[in-house]
Amino acid sequence: MTGLAFLIPIALGMGLLGLLAFLWSMRDGQYEDMEGAASRILIDEEDEA
Amino acid sequence: MNAPALLEAAETPLATTRFTVPGMKCAGCIGKIERELPKLAGIAEARANLSAKRVAIRHDPALGEEALAAALLGLGFEAQPVAENPLGREDAERARLTRALGVAGFGMMNVMLLSVSVWSGAEGATRALFHWLSALIALPVIAYSGQPFFRSAWMALSHRRTNMDVPISIGVILATCLSLYETVTGGAHAFFDSAVMLLFFLLAGRALDAAMRDRTRAGIGALLGRMGKSASVIAPDGTTRRVAAKDLEPGMLVLVAAGEALAADGEVVEGRGALDNAMLTGESAPAPVGPGSIVHAGAINMGGALRVRLTHVGEDTALAEIARLMDEAGQSRSSYVRIADRASRLYAPAVHSLAALAFAGWMIAGAGWHASLTIAIAVLIITCPCAMGLAVPAAQVVASGALLRRGLLVKDGSALERLAECDVALLDKTGTLTLGEPRAEVGALDPEARGIALALAQTSRHPLSRGLAAALLREGVAPAAVTGITEVSGSGLTGTWQGLAVGLERPEGASDTLATTLRIGETRQIIPFSDPLRPDAAEALAALKAQGLAPSILSGDRAAPVAAMALALGLAAEAEASPQDKLAALEALKAAGRRPLMVGDGLNDGPALAAAHASIAPGTASDASQQAADAVFIGEGLMPVALAVRVAKRTMRIVRQNFAFSIGYNLLAVPLALTGQVTPLVAAIAMSVSSLVVVANSLRLAGAARP
Repeated sequence: MTGLAFLIPIALGMGLLGLLAFLWSMRDGQYEDMEGAASRILIDEEDEA
Repeated sequence: MNAPALLEAAETPLATTRFTVPGMKCAGCIGKIERELPKLAGIAEARANLSAKRVAIRHDPALGEEALAAALLGLGFEAQPVAENPLGREDAERARLTRALGVAGFGMMNVMLLSVSVWSGAEGATRALFHWLSALIALPVIAYSGQPFFRSAWMALSHRRTNMDVPISIGVILATCLSLYETVTGGAHAFFDSAVMLLFFLLAGRALDAAMRDRTRAGIGALLGRMGKSASVIAPDGTTRRVAAKDLEPGMLVLVAAGEALAADGEVVEGRGALDNAMLTGESAPAPVGPGSIVHAGAINMGGALRVRLTHVGEDTALAEIARLMDEAGQSRSSYVRIADRASRLYAPAVHSLAALAFAGWMIAGAGWHASLTIAIAVLIITCPCAMGLAVPAAQVVASGALLRRGLLVKDGSALERLAECDVALLDKTGTLTLGEPRAEVGALDPEARGIALALAQTSRHPLSRGLAAALLREGVAPAAVTGITEVSGSGLTGTWQGLAVGLERPEGASDTLATTLRIGETRQIIPFSDPLRPDAAEALAALKAQGLAPSILSGDRAAPVAAMALALGLAAEAEASPQDKLAALEALKAAGRRPLMVGDGLNDGPALAAAHASIAPGTASDASQQAADAVFIGEGLMPVALAVRVAKRTMRIVRQNFAFSIGYNLLAVPLALTGQVTPLVAAIAMSVSSLVVVANSLRLAGAARP
């Protein structure tokens, strides 16, 4: 039973961490341009030659 | 970039201007805009948003909107400045829903984790601990994520109405209270998982609904933005300054440059030219104007510069009058009751009386108030319209996604519901049945003439020139070497080719048909123009008829061309209808119990679009019409209109199936609840299975728009 004392806080803490990460990513505007994000990977970074 | 500009940029705070850039389509466009713009003096940063087709530019405040738009045009993108952040309010609403969904998801997973242990046999102190922990997680989650429902239910109740959110809120609140009581008294059953899961599924439905609205708004917003928002006012001393449309006053003298849109009504004082009134009348031929002509806001000056004495500004313009008509006509639509709310009007009282009866029944049978209350609440939880809350948005989101891929943007779910109910279709002529842009008939020209015509036409932005150039380019004509091309506003283009004077001129003698004269030396040839039907107009009309919507023409154009087209297409027609006439025609149909679908593009169709039971506008339509319409279709075909009706009908069939399934499911589960057999485990399984089935059924619509 003492295992629960560790496991439950860990489970809750990890869930909470996920929630905070989600809320942060929303505030950061990461969902504002989903199409753009998909396309940006294709942009060639040109060398500053 | 020179040093003073840099210093200035560092000292003054940067301004941000947003532009809508409809031409931005791929990674290359993003890269080009974001890389090239900051290289210009005064521009610090450019950030493109591909989903919304917008570019935000941070720049030196000294740089005006025109300069920035010109810079974008220099990169090959047409751009229009947009207001600060017009979508801000809806964005905030959607962000709130998504946050609530995230919180509910977190709560659901953690409470479920604890519930699973309880279901698999945790007892005594462990169960009590787990119930307490569940309560600790669930209470704040419900208080936060339940707000959209509680608020909407309270709004409805305070107006003495009921909607879907009333049974939801009652169910969630009662389930929470009962579970809290069970936890405090050390009871066996707590429904925290059901309450949180219910909120999660329902929020998913709401978030889908909001995402669908936003996606389309962004698409339409990218098409918008062509109206006269400011004017150059000429001061008595001859200097000009830009004045915003709302600050104009009657009596002011304004200068309207070529290509500029009028911002107010007035009378021409000086200058000759042609005005494109397409926005007001839907007529594609420019109307010639001269001193004394009355001109209206929204018209675009196609000829030389005009000086206009303003007579009506702001709210008094003909344009504003039409906008007011549209506003009033749109009122009736806002009273439309969505199908989910109609269903809940029947459903909520039935469920609540059932729960009350269960409570009374068990009390009479002597089960004690605690057992009776538990059973009544179990009835409420099991009948909570979880699948119903998903039934409508899931189907509508899938259907609108399918339509989007076929070039039709549907504004919201209610538009799909209304589209499915239409039983008669009215179509405008110019720009709706036809393409709305003049196409030149170049068959009669010899190759030499074609080359000269193209060389001349491609230098001008006049609609006839553009139509002629487009037609010639399609034929694969190469421009001839014409030198010294000059454009004389109102009369045409002239140049020199192999020593001969050549030109494109206005034909002599006013005629009804659109045409231009090609002059080579002394020979003159007339090039006629026509406004062709959309290529699939006849098929699309037949498809509409097959779906039970009898089509007819309702046009503001002259009677003769409308009658000719009606005869060709075999339709009934009404011509020379003013915006008020169109509105009256629709009101008459509605009074007769019909549900008209209006398809139109001009501003003169605006009031009719707003008044119709449902309306569709082409992507080339005026801004106001696109805003009034429920859906906008893009491209040359008329087929998306017929497709929209077909998919809308199919969507409503799926929605009804979803409803039938949810209700049937409840009919099976309610006896279990009434006899007190529903444990938290049964409730959790029932809820997730019914939601999954409804979503899976809705996904069948993904292929609905396939031909």
